[in-house]
Amino acid sequence: MSLRRYVLKRLLITIPLLLGVTLATFAMVHFIPGDPIDFITLFTELDPETKQEIRARYGLDDPIYIQYLDWLADAARGDFGTSITTRQPVTKEIAERLPFTLMMGSMAFVIAIVTAIPAGIAAAYHRNTKVDQVSRVAALLGIAIPNFWLGLILILVFASWLDVFPVLPPTGEGLLSSEMIVYTLLPALAIGTGSTALLMRLMRSSMVEELDKDYVTMARAKGLPERTVVGKHVLRNSLISVVTVAAIQVAFIISGSVVVEIVFSYPGLGRLLVNRVRNHDFPVIQALVLIIGVAVIFANLLADVLYAYLDPRIRY
Amino acid sequence: MATERNDAGPERGRIRVEGYDAATDDREFDTAWEPTLQSEEGKGRLYYAWRRFKRNRLALAGAATIGFMTLCAIFAQPIRVPEQVPVLAGQLVQPVALAPADPANQEVLLGHQPPTTEHLFDWPPSMLHLFGTDWAGRDILSRMMYGARWSLSIGFIAVVVALFIGVPLGAIAGYYGGYVDEVIMRVVDLLYAFPFIVLAIAVIAILGRGYWELVFALIVVGWLAYARILRGEILSVKENEYVTAAKALGATDRSVIVRHILPNAMAPVIVQATLSVGTVVLAAAALGFIGLGLSPASAEWGVMLRVEQDSMARGRWWAGFFPGLAIFVFVLAINLVGDGVRDAFDPQGEGGERFR
Repeated sequence: MSLRRYVLKRLLITIPLLLGVTLATFAMVHFIPGDPIDFITLFTELDPETKQEIRARYGLDDPIYIQYLDWLADAARGDFGTSITTRQPVTKEIAERLPFTLMMGSMAFVIAIVTAIPAGIAAAYHRNTKVDQVSRVAALLGIAIPNFWLGLILILVFASWLDVFPVLPPTGEGLLSSEMIVYTLLPALAIGTGSTALLMRLMRSSMVEELDKDYVTMARAKGLPERTVVGKHVLRNSLISVVTVAAIQVAFIISGSVVVEIVFSYPGLGRLLVNRVRNHDFPVIQALVLIIGVAVIFANLLADVLYAYLDPRIRY
Repeated sequence: MATERNDAGPERGRIRVEGYDAATDDREFDTAWEPTLQSEEGKGRLYYAWRRFKRNRLALAGAATIGFMTLCAIFAQPIRVPEQVPVLAGQLVQPVALAPADPANQEVLLGHQPPTTEHLFDWPPSMLHLFGTDWAGRDILSRMMYGARWSLSIGFIAVVVALFIGVPLGAIAGYYGGYVDEVIMRVVDLLYAFPFIVLAIAVIAILGRGYWELVFALIVVGWLAYARILRGEILSVKENEYVTAAKALGATDRSVIVRHILPNAMAPVIVQATLSVGTVVLAAAALGFIGLGLSPASAEWGVMLRVEQDSMARGRWWAGFFPGLAIFVFVLAINLVGDGVRDAFDPQGEGGERFR
């Protein structure tokens, strides 16, 4: 199967999944006990006519599938309605915070990749030595440590004791101001630690597997320098599985950012989600859940396509 | 191929022995000779797994830690039957009180001189209060011991219930395949599109906060992994000759699944379930921390961190350090046990891929 056909096939599987995610997100609101208009009017007492008028305005009298199609058509155009808490367009609220979460998430991702891959290589190459033991213990600790507690400890050490980081995010600063970038470092570190530990162990095990293969012995027997053997042959093959798992880490990083943003009062999507859940602001919750679901589906799609591209055996 | 079912009707080229596939005959047939074979097999597997587990010192240390924390939770405070229960209301079930103070008592410091004027309620750790006191002047060690009840019970209940949902669904999907499989696995795929915490938050957004709401949310998220792993495992196990043999002898689908397939397919599910206890406790604490878990009055570890969120920035390290340490140590111990269980069931493997 050519790569193009594989990608097309994979895309075809993705479409019903995407529709399913939109359906689940839409249905979410209909599982809430009580009358949906109470959440629009914030439980104020209203006479039946006004209620009827509101129902008509929000299309709550239409059949359920019409409501779904309307909602889907609006969502596809980027219109998620109005926030109940702030009366602002949901899209605007999300657009304001999205860059911050993207910056923090990508920083966490970069931290994870940049530390995990060299550390994993070192552990695999020095298998069953002190280096390997240290990396094993570090990975155990890194996977088990709660990211929000790690965040609190980072605040305690770097903001309170050493006083080198601000406790609160700089207000009124743009995304790319140096203050904001510096402030993002600690939360990114708190989120990235778990991914680092996971990827490091994966890198180690996949590299150990490759190092045992015949072509390595062959390359060494030919008299190739060790650098070339490891750097050119082993590394390339062992990176394949790491790259795909790295793409899946997107979901892990999103999960982490929801909690860690609370620790650092970070003005991103995670904090928006948590705050709006407390306020029952369902248009915002729906939009965020949908965006996150779609993002994860595309990250998984990317992982599969990358895997197929790097390892042609997968396509058959 | 062993994919056809017993009761699929006569097929071309297959000999169908009438009279041995009916449920009645089959039951008698099973009890005649099968149990001895089956029990020996099952016992052997668990026996050898346990022997390997016992040799793994790290895993044993993890198990001991979990045991210790569970005992602390049970014996922290006396347990009374709640008032709602009719006959036994108010009966003392467990009289021991290991916790040095009442976790809700704000007056443990009365009669003692504060160490500094700065910390009137929140004392740093001392011999009087090993882990210090919190913002309201409550003993942190006692609260942590009592709080373990929330965290641990949520972890164990959510995992057990999720197993009871995920295992049957995964078994049905893997064994029967076809239409049923499609439906179940598409639901699993769909829910997997949402990260663990986000899906739990969505459920809590619908149901509201509370103990059982939290447990329910974690079950909704938790069963997916078991169903997916077990289905994959069954797809390969059901191709074995002994499954075909059992079917040829006229065993019902239920007895083929329960007696022949499940014992050979459960190992990865058990490993995953062990590790999940840690994930679930961590998620419950995270939800408590962001204010979507238990109520602020409870001493659940995540909630304890939440109410002391500013303390760390103000340098009152003990208030946030110890509750978080409890979560960390518990999850670490569970992971050690989980890795030990995996090595016990699969001594050759390097360790498989972890599902979240």
